[in-house]
Amino acid sequence: MGEARYFNEMETGGAVRAPYRGLEGWSREMPAGLRSLKQSEAEALFRRIGITFAVYGEGGDPDRLIPFDMFPRVFSADEWRKLERGIKQRARALNAFLCDVYGRGEIVRAGRVPASLVYQNEAFEKAVCGVRPPRNVYSHIVGIDLVRTGPDEFFVLEDNCRTPSGVSYMLENREIMMRMFPALFQENRIAPVEQYPRALKRTLSSVAPKKCEGEPNVVILTPGHFNSAYYEHTFLADMMGVELVEGQDLFVDGDFVWMKTTEGPRKVDVIYRRIDDAFLDPLCFRPDSMLGVPGLMNVYRSGGVALASAPGAGVADDKAIYTFVPEMVRFYLGEEPILQNVPTWQCAKPDECRYVLEHLAELVVKEVHGSGGYGMLVGPKSSESQIAAFRAKIEEDPANYIAQPTLALSTCPTFVDEGIAPRHVDLRPYCLVGQDIELVPGGLTRVALVEGSLVVNSSQGGGVKDTWVMAE
Amino acid sequence: MLSRTAENLFWIGRYLERAETKARLLEVGARTALLPNIGGGYRNEWESILSASGTAGAFAEKYGDVVQRNVESHMFFDGDNPSSVASCITAARENGRIVRTALTGQVWDALNSAYQELKELQRTERSALPLPDITEWTMRTTALVRGAIAASQLRNDGYRFMHLGFALERADSTARLLDVKYYVLLPEVSYVGSGLDNYQWMTLLRSLSSYRAFSWAYGGEITAAKIADFLILNPQCPRSLLTCVSSAADQLDSLARSYGNSTEAQSYVRGLLGEFAEARVEEIFDEGLHEFLSRFIENIASLSGVIHRSYLTGRPV
Repeated sequence: MGEARYFNEMETGGAVRAPYRGLEGWSREMPAGLRSLKQSEAEALFRRIGITFAVYGEGGDPDRLIPFDMFPRVFSADEWRKLERGIKQRARALNAFLCDVYGRGEIVRAGRVPASLVYQNEAFEKAVCGVRPPRNVYSHIVGIDLVRTGPDEFFVLEDNCRTPSGVSYMLENREIMMRMFPALFQENRIAPVEQYPRALKRTLSSVAPKKCEGEPNVVILTPGHFNSAYYEHTFLADMMGVELVEGQDLFVDGDFVWMKTTEGPRKVDVIYRRIDDAFLDPLCFRPDSMLGVPGLMNVYRSGGVALASAPGAGVADDKAIYTFVPEMVRFYLGEEPILQNVPTWQCAKPDECRYVLEHLAELVVKEVHGSGGYGMLVGPKSSESQIAAFRAKIEEDPANYIAQPTLALSTCPTFVDEGIAPRHVDLRPYCLVGQDIELVPGGLTRVALVEGSLVVNSSQGGGVKDTWVMAE
Repeated sequence: MLSRTAENLFWIGRYLERAETKARLLEVGARTALLPNIGGGYRNEWESILSASGTAGAFAEKYGDVVQRNVESHMFFDGDNPSSVASCITAARENGRIVRTALTGQVWDALNSAYQELKELQRTERSALPLPDITEWTMRTTALVRGAIAASQLRNDGYRFMHLGFALERADSTARLLDVKYYVLLPEVSYVGSGLDNYQWMTLLRSLSSYRAFSWAYGGEITAAKIADFLILNPQCPRSLLTCVSSAADQLDSLARSYGNSTEAQSYVRGLLGEFAEARVEEIFDEGLHEFLSRFIENIASLSGVIHRSYLTGRPV
């Protein structure tokens, strides 16, 4: 396929771009033997650390590793500065939106976002209307998925306002690279990412409820060790020095949430929950949830405990709301958006839906509420029968789908069987919102390891890379 | 610390100790199978090995024939047998994974490597796995984890709960092993001095990896009283009931000190220990060894229950 169509982050017009110069010699001079040795060393390290990834519904080895590619993905300090401003701006706007729609709903009254999209959204949580979370923050960890199509062209693919996962890979990929190639880090000035867990702890502590006196007791709430991201939960708890709890470890008594310890009950102030809204409290949401804590929402509403992210945050990262994020930036911040959205057609609108159905072969179609690369159609990569099948699904329930043009995702050199070849990449940085807004210089780069593939999800055969931001 | 975390750590201790016990039993069985029987043919100790491990019933149902290969499958590889070495190592690692944050990297590494190696063993042709290899592997593996715990874990409450698990499991397994063989130790006139009991005594000591230790500690002839004294009352023997109970008492004392609060668990273990301080082998034989051991096994189960009530429910103490 014509790779020239895609922006190659390492080389343009035969010249190596500045941020990648430190890697040119390294990659050219690495003998194939050393490469495979290092690759298996990396794999052994990952397996020993226990970072594995279970894919829902696929069965097989629950201890499958996400493939790690040793070729780093690099941003210059300049490129990052712009991204950083854009990401923080977006995180601020998304939080302002959440505060607004659970409050007076000014943006709806002003006619900038349709009321039905907000209030009839499945992710809109009536149970928290009128509740003001500490510091007015709903989404404390905002993962913004970005793709690049040219030297200066970045697009936001989607926002993740609930509990974006993958940050442990950002940290462990770096650890492993530093362990295997220390010389690279001596020769290049690469901004560190290891401060992330401390920044996260600071962010979470800063949103403790007013009723909390003294140092807040922060915990991570996990669905348990069968969850595919369990490794990440333990990793973050460990790095932050906080307890990793399950629903069964917590109970509500009086105005507070308590955890069961060997020394009796201990009050909990901030819960970084890694379970979905629906499972948080069987008394308020799904009554069959065994993962949550009965009575939790009452304590939350009366300001006895903070939840990160706040229940209801999902309404901001819905794919149908996504279209309006640039509008949010203008409405709440009075600024022009720094990061662009990918043009999006809403199948809910009849004329847009007609366009989508006529151009399926060129478009990427996604479910409005889907994630993880499931239930999507990549038009140019699909057979006629696949397209026909998808067409039927859209016609049945148009409101459930949006479509976007197939983006010419940038490529980054990647180690493949035949040597080094360009593969498509995306980027998920993790923006922290509490008393301050912080962004660690780096993120998770996902890479589509299959030649020509544009799907980077780990559940669909994607891998990960260490992401470098060059220090100034 | 979270009660659930403490409980998982406690069970890591128990599962590791249990895996080791099973491996040791297998080793004894194999050794015995190599020795000629007095009455001609070869001895079949596998039956008593199965009853010592407490799984004779389940074995009979699934395998039928009591032959070495079946016993090996059952006690080492079988995932259906919750106390097989494979099940214990898997469960210990799973518990470790759940409380990953309470373990040092070294301990997790040892547990996780044990599990990865076990998977490798399970993929290997059985004919390439002679019994001594798998029993030695088990001992080496549990020793590695223990070593990592000793070398790297903070001496905090988590450490105490792990060692409570080791101590209670070991107390239970020594008592059960003695109980299976108690008739050998009873001073029945007809048996004393016969080749049979001498041989069985040695087997018993070997199954507790204590044969040489016993010789060093006592010397001379092997007698019932000496063996009972060694395995029940000798504070030097690492597997004696007294050693196990006093280790549990030490752990509970440390917990009381670090929490600044004593519970019924401490009083209970003190009572148990007090009984041992006074005990004589003669009195134990008077009570009846079997009766004494049954009572001891019940007491250990009660102690486990009291520890659970005091620390693992998370309710006000």
